[in-house]
Amino acid sequence: MQWTELIVFSVLFLLVTVMGFVAARWQKGETLEHLDEWGLGGRKFGSWITWFLVGGDLYTAYTFVAVPALMFGAGATGFFALPYTVILYPIVFLPLVRMWSVSRVHGYVTPADFVKGRYGSHWLALLIAVTGIFATMPYIALQLVGLEAVLRSMGLNGSGVLGHAPLFVAFVILAVYTYQSGLRAPALIAFVKDILIYLVILVAIVYLPSKFGGWGEIFNDADAKFKATPAPGDGILLNANNQLQYATLALGSALALFIYPHSLTGILASRGRNVIKRNMVALPAYSLVLGLLALLGYVAISAGTKPIVNQATGRPDTNTIVPELFGANFPSWFAGIAFAAIGIGALVPAAIMSIAAANLWTRNVYKEYIHKRATPAQEAKQAKLASLVVKFGAVAFIVFIDPQFSIDLQLIGGVIILQTLPAVAIALYTRWFHVWGLVSGWVAGMAYGMYLLYLIPSADGSRKHFGSSALALEKLSIFGWNPFEGSKMAIYVGIPALTMNLLVAVVVTLIAKKMRVFNGTDQTDPSDYHVDEDSPRVKPVAAH
Amino acid sequence: MPSDPKTGLRWSNWNLLLIVPLLMLITPWFNFDQPRLFGMPFFYWYQFAFVPLGVLCVALVYIKTKDQPVVTGKPDKLGVDDLDEGAN
Repeated sequence: MQWTELIVFSVLFLLVTVMGFVAARWQKGETLEHLDEWGLGGRKFGSWITWFLVGGDLYTAYTFVAVPALMFGAGATGFFALPYTVILYPIVFLPLVRMWSVSRVHGYVTPADFVKGRYGSHWLALLIAVTGIFATMPYIALQLVGLEAVLRSMGLNGSGVLGHAPLFVAFVILAVYTYQSGLRAPALIAFVKDILIYLVILVAIVYLPSKFGGWGEIFNDADAKFKATPAPGDGILLNANNQLQYATLALGSALALFIYPHSLTGILASRGRNVIKRNMVALPAYSLVLGLLALLGYVAISAGTKPIVNQATGRPDTNTIVPELFGANFPSWFAGIAFAAIGIGALVPAAIMSIAAANLWTRNVYKEYIHKRATPAQEAKQAKLASLVVKFGAVAFIVFIDPQFSIDLQLIGGVIILQTLPAVAIALYTRWFHVWGLVSGWVAGMAYGMYLLYLIPSADGSRKHFGSSALALEKLSIFGWNPFEGSKMAIYVGIPALTMNLLVAVVVTLIAKKMRVFNGTDQTDPSDYHVDEDSPRVKPVAAH
Repeated sequence: MPSDPKTGLRWSNWNLLLIVPLLMLITPWFNFDQPRLFGMPFFYWYQFAFVPLGVLCVALVYIKTKDQPVVTGKPDKLGVDDLDEGAN
């Protein structure tokens, strides 16, 4: 047991717990019993709060442990996280402000609310909501993987179900203050999380390379390690077969990120269009940190860091690389701060994700199908309860099912959330797609994506299916026809799946229009997409 | 800013700058070890250089399209079917 680390970690954890409860009174609206307040923090966050909130939401603890772990294990392919988070902002810059405006005019809380307003179809909205909830669940579970990596590094590495007890305690606390304070809790805690993360990374990036002979030495060490392994895909540079995968994974992930419900929650909680635009300029500061952090995977190679064996699964857990690196090379008190940064880094996104999933459940399932005349207060109550269910579902995932399963699901999650892109993102610009085109496209893209993922074995050959998201082009088959026979070049599965989705959507749309099938009623007006905070047309917050 | 009242789309040529960071996806342009910078292979520092470049592009679009008038108070005389007209 590493007592100093544990004490520093506990003190900081206690601090954010207090903040989590106090947050309920921070910038208080008239009532918390409304989704605008509980689920969107009163829709009034300014540039700074939004920067911390969205930054804390997108750059999660899991990213901070998994990306360096990937670099440690495979090299350059893990660096896709940098292009992913650089191209992300120019891509979403324009659509996000449209989404904010139309949601502000009509009081939409979730992406599925928008789809329902745009297409007048609660079935399409249900499809979007269920996809969102399903894609978010394993993402929450992954945050627990990140949190557990630091807990185990601190010596809380028990075996069996009891070994998960510290994780369970941390999550109960999180669940209770999220229940009470809603989105304000992660927004306030994000300040602590991000300041700690920046502090730790800056120190690590200055101090560690000098300790191991400078960057030149570190890259040479990594190069030597990868050359010595038999695996063909690793190395400090890309090779002929994984360049396409690198680019498509970065692109696909960037397209997917802001259609995840939790990312949109952060955007819809902001005060106005300029807040969002300023953040699109300022958020890449986190990308820089993420890129530097990724390189710590190579530093760990030079340092000879060994992943610790997870006593619950009996396997070495590469996600413990960064915690172990910090633990071995920093004084205990600083390692404690680093562990707290990662641990608290898990709480912020987990809270936002559970709120986003709860909002989807409440708005698009509960109010639509179970209790149509629910008052705003009943909606808020329902969402609070749903956030508890979602969190304990995620804990159950980790405790009773192999954590590897949630990592696989997360991989699938990116592919499935991409299938909502036509209905959520393209619909912001045009209503050309027919509602049935979107539904059929979703079904086709989902089925095709799952089928392709099923074909992929894991890199080490231990599993035959759902091994990764990189598909060798030779396996890309369209009803038995392989257009890229013999090509070992890999591509990110999300791209062919989304292509299939769009193709089917176009064909069905053309047919439906020819047959003049009713295409739902659009509640939105073209000018809604440009409304800003000072307009008289914005819907009052938390109005009944 | 040209605004099409029918589709509600607004366009500025400055928006084209948003495409520039996507050049980062062309891996054959930077998949090299040399020249190194501070010991870092080209592959890595080239991509790091895209962070400020991306920020610059987005910031320029933000600043240059900021003061464009917002279309407000324009009554919408089009029905839903009119909006879909172009698709048939």
